[in-house]
Amino acid sequence: MANLAQLESRASQVRRDIVRMVHAVSSGHPGGSLGCTEFFVALYGSILQHDPQNFTMDGHNEDLFFLSNGHISPVWYSTLARNGYFEVRELATFRKIDSRLQGHPTTAEHLPGVRMASGSLGQGLSVAIGAALAKKLNKDNQLVYSLHGDGELQEGQNWEAAMAAPHLKVDNLIATIDFNNRQIDGDVSDVMALDDLKAKWEAFGWIVLEMDGNNMQQVLDTLNHAKSLTGQEKPIVIIMKTEMGQGVDFMMGSHKWHGVAPNDEQLALALSQLTETEGDY
Amino acid sequence: MSIHDFNPTDKKDTRSGFGDALFQIGKEDENIVALCADLTGSLKMNAFADAFPDRFFQTGVAEANMIGMAAGLTIGGKIPFTGTFANFSTGRVYDQIRQSIAYSGKNVKICASHAGLTLGEDGATHQILEDIGLMRMLPGMTVINPCDYNQTYAATKAIKDMEGPVYLRFGRPKWPVFAPKDKFEIGKAWKINNGNDVTIIATGHMVWYSILAARELEKSGVKADVLNIHTIKPIDEEAIIESVKKTGCVVTAEEHNRFGGLGEAVSQVTTTNHPVPQEFVAVNDRFGESGTPEELLTKYGLDVPDIISAAKKVIDRK
Repeated sequence: MANLAQLESRASQVRRDIVRMVHAVSSGHPGGSLGCTEFFVALYGSILQHDPQNFTMDGHNEDLFFLSNGHISPVWYSTLARNGYFEVRELATFRKIDSRLQGHPTTAEHLPGVRMASGSLGQGLSVAIGAALAKKLNKDNQLVYSLHGDGELQEGQNWEAAMAAPHLKVDNLIATIDFNNRQIDGDVSDVMALDDLKAKWEAFGWIVLEMDGNNMQQVLDTLNHAKSLTGQEKPIVIIMKTEMGQGVDFMMGSHKWHGVAPNDEQLALALSQLTETEGDY
Repeated sequence: MSIHDFNPTDKKDTRSGFGDALFQIGKEDENIVALCADLTGSLKMNAFADAFPDRFFQTGVAEANMIGMAAGLTIGGKIPFTGTFANFSTGRVYDQIRQSIAYSGKNVKICASHAGLTLGEDGATHQILEDIGLMRMLPGMTVINPCDYNQTYAATKAIKDMEGPVYLRFGRPKWPVFAPKDKFEIGKAWKINNGNDVTIIATGHMVWYSILAARELEKSGVKADVLNIHTIKPIDEEAIIESVKKTGCVVTAEEHNRFGGLGEAVSQVTTTNHPVPQEFVAVNDRFGESGTPEELLTKYGLDVPDIISAAKKVIDRK
């Protein structure tokens, strides 16, 4: 179990990995990846009960994580590698031919840590509910976690799933929404507003928590609080406020870095703002 | 075995073959789970739902979520069987099946009733004629369209024991029961009759009509090789090639659009191995309409006389 300083240190390295990965192939999604870095680092470093060295698809007696907004694969791949799921140097293959690190995550290449393909949006919550139900049938008391984008919530399947989880009393599931209010075409509130997201989830019957997703201590505290609320016949959702592009000043404050890679100069500028703490791959 | 060996007195719906087998395998294997989107009675899933309430998930009218939940349930070793009408099992949830099941390699059995025209009076919104094509195109998907109650029962049991995603397509009407109970093997054609003049390859409800057509053809001296291809993917190439090498021509019969279905699957086998003339008894690229199953099969060119005339035509083209 890592302490706060260790997690902060890892987050800086993961952010370096993200910008270097997308720069190397001039493609990928740095914005949401940078915004969700604290969440991933805290989840994998301090919250999940998991076995990175011995990954199995079924994950019996382990916590499971599903990434629904698969385009932020850089932050997930870096976090998985930095936590020992595979070698850090493999990050250099991201989005290249014959790589296990596909643009969007897949099980097809058997990358340890990935249990479901994602990329086409809106499907992850249903899958997480199914996996949580399987755990209940198997009398497996571990938990299922998932992450979803805010723009992604415009997909209707999410609301089918949002209706189903409380009805089926899926109380071993902690879903998190990356609420950065940015999507490809602009601000979520302009493209298709989510309005009172908390009220929406509460109306569907979920326990709703909120947190600042770029405050490591708050992420840890909120995830631990969410764990303490499981087993009460209700699913839990955390609305996580983040800043797209967090940690790289010129990538913050707009939607423009959702899916754009930095050029050489921009990479250098970004890296100058991020300390190399664990060694670049 | 020949086309004269059958004298079915019993008529049953194929969906009951599914429902009865699901209940049976549910008793045998605790990992079997079932999901249904508000059509439990229509899919004949009541027996399973009543006997195993903890393993039955009512998802409401929300098919996309049902497909995703089924994919998730495989993680941890469950074997999910989803049930709804064929249209809502395929076209409505194509991307969910593509990403969460097929591309993700999940062991989900997508079980679809009320396929094709023989759904009848509900009309074209529900009579999907494109589902075989949609499912065939997905890498790794097994596609099975049984011909009667017995074969649907056997197929339901068989797919439980194979690893990987399956699309199992069956229907609504009561139909003659004639297939052997224990001779079903995934991917292996059922040879119904031996003949040298023409090959008739049929799937689903059209198998019975093909038997009737072969009997009529025999009266006029035409002997048909009759094959039941229940597994459209992976298709039994060997059986098809062996038959057309002998007969030199083929008629395919299916309750599906002429695009994407059994006919094209057979054509792909023959053109790359042993090209022969082919006639397609299938729906001619149009939507259906309300009517009785028998009326619709006649109006849309899927009746016994249509198979007979297709056989005569393809023989002339040799």
